[in-house]
Amino acid sequence: MTGAVPSYLSPTGQEIVFLLLGAVTVGSALLVVTTRQLVHAALWLVLCFGALAGCYLVLTAEFVAWVQVLIYVGAVVALLLFGIMLTRAPIGRSADLDSGNRVVAAIVALATAAVLVTVVIDGFRTAYADLTPGRGAASEVGSSLFRNWVLPFEALSVLLLAALIGAIVLSRTDIRGR
Amino acid sequence: MGGYFGSYALVVVLFAIGAVVVAAALFANRMLRPSRPTPEKLTSYECGVDPVGEGWAQSQVRYYVFTYLYVVFAVDAVFLFPWATVYAAPGFGMTTLVEMFLFLGFIALGILYAWRKRVLAWT
Repeated sequence: MTGAVPSYLSPTGQEIVFLLLGAVTVGSALLVVTTRQLVHAALWLVLCFGALAGCYLVLTAEFVAWVQVLIYVGAVVALLLFGIMLTRAPIGRSADLDSGNRVVAAIVALATAAVLVTVVIDGFRTAYADLTPGRGAASEVGSSLFRNWVLPFEALSVLLLAALIGAIVLSRTDIRGR
Repeated sequence: MGGYFGSYALVVVLFAIGAVVVAAALFANRMLRPSRPTPEKLTSYECGVDPVGEGWAQSQVRYYVFTYLYVVFAVDAVFLFPWATVYAAPGFGMTTLVEMFLFLGFIALGILYAWRKRVLAWT
C-alpha cells in the first residue's frame, strides 16, 4: 500500500486536478449552506457531489465514483428536490433560512472537521498510497464485498427496508398508528 | 490517450466539446436574433393558453414514496454490478448467490409492503 514518497514540491497533473476538484467541492458545499434559495442549495449540492465523484475518479476509485454519480447526484438530489417541493411551495428567496444557532452550528462543524482530520492524519501520517488504476474497479470491490463485508451488506438491505416502510407510513395519511 | 487517466481525460474532453457546442449554439442565436420584448412575449409559454397562477405548486406527498422507491432500486442495482462480476468466479459460488438473493429478498419485502398498502396503485 505504501511506497516511496515523492516530493510535494513538484505536483503531478493528477494532484493538481485533485486539489482543484477539492476546491470546487468545498466552495459549492459552502454555497449550499449560505444560499438563500432552497432549490439553488439542492443544485449546488449536485455540483458538490459531482466534484467529489471527480475526486474519487482521480484517486482511481472508479466504482465508488460512478456510485456517487448514480446514487447521490441522481437519486438523493431527486429525493431532496421532492422533499422541497412537498414542504415549501411556492418557493423563492426565503429570509428565514438562517438559524439562531449559528455559533453553535459553527462550533459543531469545526469540531467534527477537527475529529475527522485528526483521525485521518493519525491513521495515515506520511503513508503514501500508490494509485494503481484497476484497484477500484467493480470486480475488486465485489470480491472484497462478498468475501469480507457480507454482514454490513445484508444489514444495508434491512436499513433500506426500514426506511422504505417509514416513508410509506409517513406519506400515507390513511395508515394510522394505534 | 491510453491508460486509466488518459481515457478519463478523453471523457472530460468530450464533456468540454459538448458544453462548447451548446454554448456556441445559444451564443449564435443571441447574436442573430432580433430582441423586441413585450410583456405578452415574456409570459411563460403554456401551449397557447394564458398561464394561471405561479410556476411552483406544492406536490402531493404520495410522490415522495415513488422517489424513495427509485433510491432503493438505485442502491439495489449498484450492488448488482460488483456482484455480477464475481459470483461466477472460483471461490464464490452458491454462498454469494444466496447472499445476494437474501439482500434482494429484504428489499422485496418492502415492495410487498408497498403493494399491500396499495401505494403502487395510482388511484
